[in-house]
Amino acid sequence: MSELTKSSGNPIVDKIRAFARSFGLPRLIIAGFLLLLFIMAPFVGANFFTQLSNTLNRFSWNAVLVLSMVPMIHSGCGLNFGLPLGIIAGLLGGTMAIEVGATGFASFWVAVLFATPFALVLGGLYGFLLNKIKGGEMMIATYVGFSSVSLMCMMWLLLPYHSPNMVWGYAGKGLRTTISLEGYYNGALANFLQINIGHLSIPVGTLLFFALLAFGIWAFLHTKTGTAMTAVGSNPNFARAAGINIDRTRLLSVILSTWLGAVGILVYEQGFGFIQLYMAPFNMALPAVSAILIGGATVNKATITNVIIGTFLFQGIVTMTPTVMNSMIHMDMSEVIRVIASNGMIIYALTRKSEVSR
Amino acid sequence: MSDKKAPLLEMKNVSKSFFANNVLQDINFKLEEGEVLGLVGENGAGKSTLMKILFGMTVIKETGGYGGSVLINGEKVQFDSPFDALKAGIGMVHQEFSLIPGFTATENILLNREPEKVSVVSKVFGSRLNTLDRKKMDEEASESIDKLGVMIDKNMVVNQMPVGHKQFTEIARELSKKQLKILILDEPTAVLTEKEADALLESIRGMSKRGIAVIFITHRLHEILDVCNKVLVMRDGVIVKETAASETNVDQITKWMVGRDNTASAKVGAGRARLSEQESEVIMSIKRLWVDMPGETVRDVSLDVFNGEILGIGGLAGQGKLGIPNGIMGLYESGGSVKFDGKDIPLNHPRKCLDSQIAFVSEDRRGVGLLLDETLEWNIAFPAMQIHNKFLKNYLGGLIKWRDDKAIQEITNKYIDSLQIKCSLGSKQLARELSGGNQQKVCLAKAFALEPRFLFVSEPTRGIDVGAKALVLDALKKFNRESGVTVVMISSELEELRFICDRIAIVSGGKISGILPADRPSEEFGKLMISNVR
Repeated sequence: MSELTKSSGNPIVDKIRAFARSFGLPRLIIAGFLLLLFIMAPFVGANFFTQLSNTLNRFSWNAVLVLSMVPMIHSGCGLNFGLPLGIIAGLLGGTMAIEVGATGFASFWVAVLFATPFALVLGGLYGFLLNKIKGGEMMIATYVGFSSVSLMCMMWLLLPYHSPNMVWGYAGKGLRTTISLEGYYNGALANFLQINIGHLSIPVGTLLFFALLAFGIWAFLHTKTGTAMTAVGSNPNFARAAGINIDRTRLLSVILSTWLGAVGILVYEQGFGFIQLYMAPFNMALPAVSAILIGGATVNKATITNVIIGTFLFQGIVTMTPTVMNSMIHMDMSEVIRVIASNGMIIYALTRKSEVSR
Repeated sequence: MSDKKAPLLEMKNVSKSFFANNVLQDINFKLEEGEVLGLVGENGAGKSTLMKILFGMTVIKETGGYGGSVLINGEKVQFDSPFDALKAGIGMVHQEFSLIPGFTATENILLNREPEKVSVVSKVFGSRLNTLDRKKMDEEASESIDKLGVMIDKNMVVNQMPVGHKQFTEIARELSKKQLKILILDEPTAVLTEKEADALLESIRGMSKRGIAVIFITHRLHEILDVCNKVLVMRDGVIVKETAASETNVDQITKWMVGRDNTASAKVGAGRARLSEQESEVIMSIKRLWVDMPGETVRDVSLDVFNGEILGIGGLAGQGKLGIPNGIMGLYESGGSVKFDGKDIPLNHPRKCLDSQIAFVSEDRRGVGLLLDETLEWNIAFPAMQIHNKFLKNYLGGLIKWRDDKAIQEITNKYIDSLQIKCSLGSKQLARELSGGNQQKVCLAKAFALEPRFLFVSEPTRGIDVGAKALVLDALKKFNRESGVTVVMISSELEELRFICDRIAIVSGGKISGILPADRPSEEFGKLMISNVR
């Protein structure tokens, strides 16, 4: 970044540099790339409004999962690579809502209700663990996520679910890998107040729900406890000297993150239309982590704006590359681009960690 | 030594400044073969910096090098790294151990200089594949341990050794270097028992007989008199006295160390009259306090603090003065009893102390004192918000405690004005971006915003320039006089304590070695400082 701080003598170049510095170079590159994709879309035969709708939809599915990173980042627990744990709580809630026979709009709220106690307990245990290994949170979190997914692979087979919509047809027990939400909470939020103009459709309900949660987190961070949480993340020794119970604050942040992860996956499912079990949660953490990093967050600083910008950029690229790239070069590049963008961002952020002293 | 022969080591007009702050000025001395030189001085007198220059530590070069010249055998040398110094025959034993815990004494002593055996494989693939000649290694290690004249098991793994043996292993490592001509020992006896220290002194004499020159840094003055030929006393970056050890005594050295005679006493003791009126009322009573703070262990401190006074706590580094406030405030494990205003304060519980309106300005400004990545507003208001629920708006009957950013900004601006905190962006500036002195003022503002009844201030002037120093001290004095707050100030700078305190307690060896009014002559304090040094 050092060449960005130099002055060139040309006021316009200086201004651009200053902007690049304040907005962040990687964010600028990705935003530029996304803009390019949007401009190119009509030329390769894709409808602009369809693409925009797709991007908005994917944004609405994923935003809460990305939001779930914020509390743990603030308390200094780092990026929540253990997101699968929260997702598992959400999946338990979702499947139980179907099991008890809740249908339609109400089944979404029943699912949230059932997921909450699991999120609290799992989050509590997870937070307890993270308090034992301060400094190595992200490494441990990754493996907590991985191992909990594997454990649940067995549990999905063994837990006594009976609803014919979810279990394997031939055995009559054990959950299927993919469960359709048709008749349950498919579109529970997305269809609420949905706006459809021509090719453009905006899932207002889901966006509102995200806005509500985002406002909640923003407000929480402005309270006394939220302020303490940020201070714990910024300098735990300072917080301790000011009489803050560090372990309790961190625990609270982990529980909050886990609960948001649980709600996040339910929001994702209601948009996507399916519950995906077994190894599916495995692949949910990295996109969420890289989204918030693209949004400009660092390992111990994150804002709601980071969440919104990051989710939009990341999901925009994931949605737009297949349509634009595939029609241009007739090859499926989307997965490659997604992997490069998400893992590249994580590497970038983790190497920059040294600049932020802890 | 004949006059013709150039001395082994000579320093000519050596000076060094860190960021326009002169820490060494005009250092001149000579060291002959086999001579033992004792280097003494208060903390911050410049001893360590001088040795760093001699040993070519990279920090010197990174901060702009040094002035003057260092001559070895009459030739000017310039060491860019410790490796150069080692090649030239200078060995150094640091205060902190640099040993590999999982290796034996032998392995540590000969690390990277092991005798090697050539084998077929290494003939083909190069010397990196030579094997170690264990037998020869053992011989060389025993030889250097014998030179040292102490008993240590050369096959013992370092992390199982008592601390004294680690020290001996370090010294043996230096002695095993054939080219060794000058050995620097930086407080080698600080961790040794008396018996071990005696053994070490004996081996220093042995080294000297074999022609190795030794520079010996210690706070234990009698050791200097015991073993050294020459004593060099440093104060504030200059050599104030160079004398033969046989011609001086502990009292004299102490006097030179603390120096300044009685010129400062005119300034001290401003609070004298007040003190006598209030002497009767004890606000804090510390009984048999111990604190397990690494490097600043408090062993047994009993102390009464009077209401409204400024009490100074002084002493040499590592004697435990910093452990006292850190222990009482619950930042390090501690025991004993502390009574504040008639009530017992539970130890190991930071919150309980803060709740009883005791505040603490930590000596570790950047580590504990500040949120470096947050604004000044947060830094100043945070403790008061968390502890006394200040700067909060209550909604829903106190269920939601909302941060009142406007009130926070007001109080921050108030302190920016009153303490003259220099910040270009105002109250929204990040604490990281301020200079050390201004950061210290922010730390004080943080404590003042708590509106405490009792304030611990630890090393408030460490690492800040002279102008900021005066401001910080004035602010503390004003806070004490105008708000009637009892202040306990811990500092390694005696003159500073004498300037603002009513009484000064000196800590030595983890105990209070004495409490004197601030207007007593410096050498009395100096004597107390070294009375229990261990």
